[in-house]
Amino acid sequence: MRRLVDIRPKRGLRILLGALPILALILLYLVASETRHAENAADKVLPTFAAMAEAIHGFTTATDPASGRVQLVADTLASLYRLGIGLGIATATALLLGLLLGAVPLARALLGPVITIIAVIPPIAVLPILFIVLGLDEASKIALIAIGVAPYMTRDMAGFVGNLPTEQFAKAQTLGANSWQLAIRVALPQLMPRLIDALRLSMGPAWVFLIAAEAVASDVGLGYRIFLVRRYFAMDIILPYVAWISLLAIGADAILLFISRRGFSWAHGGSR
Amino acid sequence: MTALLELRDIWVEYGDKIVLERLSIELAEGSFVGVVGASGAGKSTFLRLILGQEAPTRGQVLLDGKPMRAECADDRGVVFQRYSVFPHLTALGNVMFGLECAGAPFTARLFGARRRAARDAAVEMLAAVGLEHNLDVYPAQMSGGMQQRLAIAQALVKHPRILLLDEPFGALDPGIRLDMHELITRLWREHGLTIVMVTHDIREAFKLGTRVLAFDKRRRDPQAPHRYGATVTYDLPLDRKTTPPQALVEALGGPELQQGYTE
Repeated sequence: MRRLVDIRPKRGLRILLGALPILALILLYLVASETRHAENAADKVLPTFAAMAEAIHGFTTATDPASGRVQLVADTLASLYRLGIGLGIATATALLLGLLLGAVPLARALLGPVITIIAVIPPIAVLPILFIVLGLDEASKIALIAIGVAPYMTRDMAGFVGNLPTEQFAKAQTLGANSWQLAIRVALPQLMPRLIDALRLSMGPAWVFLIAAEAVASDVGLGYRIFLVRRYFAMDIILPYVAWISLLAIGADAILLFISRRGFSWAHGGSR
Repeated sequence: MTALLELRDIWVEYGDKIVLERLSIELAEGSFVGVVGASGAGKSTFLRLILGQEAPTRGQVLLDGKPMRAECADDRGVVFQRYSVFPHLTALGNVMFGLECAGAPFTARLFGARRRAARDAAVEMLAAVGLEHNLDVYPAQMSGGMQQRLAIAQALVKHPRILLLDEPFGALDPGIRLDMHELITRLWREHGLTIVMVTHDIREAFKLGTRVLAFDKRRRDPQAPHRYGATVTYDLPLDRKTTPPQALVEALGGPELQQGYTE
């Protein structure tokens, strides 16, 4: 008798197994929705798939009065813009500071403690400060994402560079590398796949900060829309929006993984 | 022969712990020095001193008669037991790295004719260690022996005055280790290298070296063992046929050291 931990499903079985819980959840929703609608035809908590399809048709054809774009497109573009700029700033900061802190002990002594302090502040707690200082426009939302994500990424980067084997640095020095060459030819390239990993892990918190900021003060965006229609109990809009957000998140993750595999094949143990 | 490297009355202390004491030694150009000793006898400290990773507490290190700065530089090459090659560079990239650092201080990358010259030098060096068919392979896809060959090529392309080997073959299979012995002996002869090799394996030191240094403590204080440092207790010139003295074999102990190599 083989042990349970030794049974490894083949590819076909793996896909089937993975699909089972998803199908079960959809089925469960269908049954629950039907039951509620049998009792009360006007139920809004668990809308039927037909009602959701109608809502989807609505927000993919109706135009947003402010931008003149289709509502879903306007919301998605606004949210992705904020997310992209915020994560871009965070990534650039983390890369530069992480490299500096990890490779230069003097810089670590100078900046390490302050970054640790900033990292433990819950970002949502500084959102009011950001609104007061930066106003209610894009800047405060972008800043929340950047501030929320950058300290964690920076510490991860610095830790990674600091943990590169000392043998590598000694070897590079015996090959004539100066501090700058060490940073750009030894530390930086090895940091890149780790940076993408950190970015992938930071996507989750970044979405949280984005939706929180949009919920509080915004006039367009995925988070704004969800919190707006919540007032009308419009679950038929909220559920497709949530599904759309998770699709966007899965897509972004897949793109980052693809970039990492393509650009840094050495880190994935493969050939070029 | 003039001394290439001279250590004058070296002491290395960490706090109140003395690691090396009264160490004076001269290494001649072209010698192949095997360094043996029990764990914690200061072999690695000795290597780090020469490498420049560590400064002596007292005493002087002279390279070519001039005081050496406690800093790694490209006149001393090194091969460690592990992590000697860069995982993000191909074999060719690893060997070209040293040439690119010297040729382009800011970008550390060469272009055009200078790149081709560096590439040719690197390919030649890789061929010398038997990796001419693995130019575009990353270290992760190489065996342990191939990685060490690459590490040697990477160091030799800079033509170092001294090549330091820190347990370079310690993690390899016995058969591969024999191949590496042949390789390093050939490179030592052909390139007129000066090699300092730290090893746990006393037979390896006696097989390869022209001189063996054994590190141990001359004095022991049972109450405070850390207050006496190690120094060179055996300094044996070899003709590559000398076998280790029984007293030294027993001092370093371990049945794994007693097995001889078959050539």
